[in-house]
Amino acid sequence: MRLAALTRAYRRRAPGEPRAIGYLYILPALIVYAVFLLYPFGQSVWLSFVNWDGLTVATPAGFDNYRALFTDASLRAPFLHALLLLLFYAALPVAIGLLLAAVMSRARVRGMTFFRTVLFLPQVLALIVVGVAWRSILAPDGLLNDALRAVGLGGLARPWLGDYTWALPAVGVVGTWVGTGLCMVLFLAGAQRIPRELYEAARMDGAGPLREFRTVTLPGLRPQIAVALTLTIVAGLRNFDLIYITTGGGPGNATSVPAYEVYHRAFETNQVGSAAAVGVALTVLIFVLTVTVSRLVEGRRA
Amino acid sequence: MTTRLERNVTYGILALFTVIALTPVIGILTTAFGAQNSLDTGFSLPKDGLHWSNFADAWSRGHFGTYLGNSVLVTVVVVAATTVLAILAGYAFGVMRFPGSTVLFHLFVIGLTLPQEALIVPLYFDLRHAELTDSYWALILPQTAQSLAFGVFWMRTYFRGSARAVIEAARIDGANTWTTLWRVLVPMGRPAISTMVVITFMWTWNEFLMALVMVSDEAHRTVPLGLAFFQGRHSSDAALLAAASVLIALPVVVVYVALQRRFIEGMLGGAVKE
Repeated sequence: MRLAALTRAYRRRAPGEPRAIGYLYILPALIVYAVFLLYPFGQSVWLSFVNWDGLTVATPAGFDNYRALFTDASLRAPFLHALLLLLFYAALPVAIGLLLAAVMSRARVRGMTFFRTVLFLPQVLALIVVGVAWRSILAPDGLLNDALRAVGLGGLARPWLGDYTWALPAVGVVGTWVGTGLCMVLFLAGAQRIPRELYEAARMDGAGPLREFRTVTLPGLRPQIAVALTLTIVAGLRNFDLIYITTGGGPGNATSVPAYEVYHRAFETNQVGSAAAVGVALTVLIFVLTVTVSRLVEGRRA
Repeated sequence: MTTRLERNVTYGILALFTVIALTPVIGILTTAFGAQNSLDTGFSLPKDGLHWSNFADAWSRGHFGTYLGNSVLVTVVVVAATTVLAILAGYAFGVMRFPGSTVLFHLFVIGLTLPQEALIVPLYFDLRHAELTDSYWALILPQTAQSLAFGVFWMRTYFRGSARAVIEAARIDGANTWTTLWRVLVPMGRPAISTMVVITFMWTWNEFLMALVMVSDEAHRTVPLGLAFFQGRHSSDAALLAAASVLIALPVVVVYVALQRRFIEGMLGGAVKE
């Protein structure tokens, strides 16, 4: 028995040598992944070059669907909104998170597990549920307006999600609520890992809180900042659920975003080619932004 | 040494953000126990006792019993399929060398940032053509494919980090690649696997767009889709809407509170480059 095992082991290839059996292990996953993800994406690219209403025969469109992204105001607007929303979905959470990490990096906190659990909670709730909760807060007789009236600012109260000017920032604030906890948890964990000695050394050099932040905290958190920006940007641009449940893109198209426009065009107004072009453009935008983030934030580490 | 002031500021800030994070959650909870048919669409506090009947109404009148059943079925199958397939593929990518493995692995990684919106349109027409829309398959297969991007990435990281010595020892003992995987590496990798399981569970349970596009009949609705339609019909009934929201969020929140480390690790880990 033992001998047989030894001879078998002997005949086996050396470790690290190429093994064809690897393909067999990958095959099941690859088939599902290729058929239901890669192939449809390829079809999206193809569809983006045709005009199709989903029923009759598709006709070639050349680059028309892509040209329309720049020339058609109703297609430019969603992308503009998405970029504006990134201020709320990515920039603001990261800024708030950094500010807090800066203030809190000096103190040891008791009950951190509790705070972390609560702050991260918005990330695990279904966005549909988040949308229902915030619709209620932002409703004409919702919590926000009640609070404004209670402190004598009733003049500012308005139907936030139905207001042409305020609907977009209102939806943005919901995104800030979702993303801030993630950034805080990331940065707090990162700040704990910055060696205490660096802070002590900075203080010995007479650095104030501001310079300490700039020279110790910020460089120390660079990897976490890259992760936070990547996650919030990707989530912010994939943002369909929240828009669908809170505003449906309205009023008018004041809160329409590319993710919503894909659905709207493909399944409500039968502009399948155009919808595919929006989806592909959104993909390109996500890739460009995430690559830029990793270049800017991580690459500067000389 | 930190001063008392610094400590108080720290706790003050944490408390403030805890309140902000919890306000919508607690608002929904209190509203869910409030009276039905109040004209208030905002949050409310239960005035005359807790109305547990809201949950029963949402369950039966809102058909959330059926929707929860559908969600459980879809989620269980997606999580099981993703786990098995991701372990197999992650194992090969992690410990074996073969031509093209890098390229193939990067194909999976692309899926981490590829937005659903970029493939859902053709996917719908393909599945409709195959007469699979309005079936559980239309929810299970695409969501398994999407979860695999994270699953394969995550499991490969685990297998890469697992000790070479262990694999070698198993090999010398005569174990082939298959037994090494299931007898040695999978039992050792329970933490990594459970992280993947909870993340996939949460994503699948919360998934909305796929269900919205693929399902038009009520029999196959999952809970998020059910809630969206429920809001359309009962938007004036804040109590029922809130009760339904609680029913949907509860399973994920319970698992999250129990295993929050796994959740946070998994959700932050997906973006960490090598």
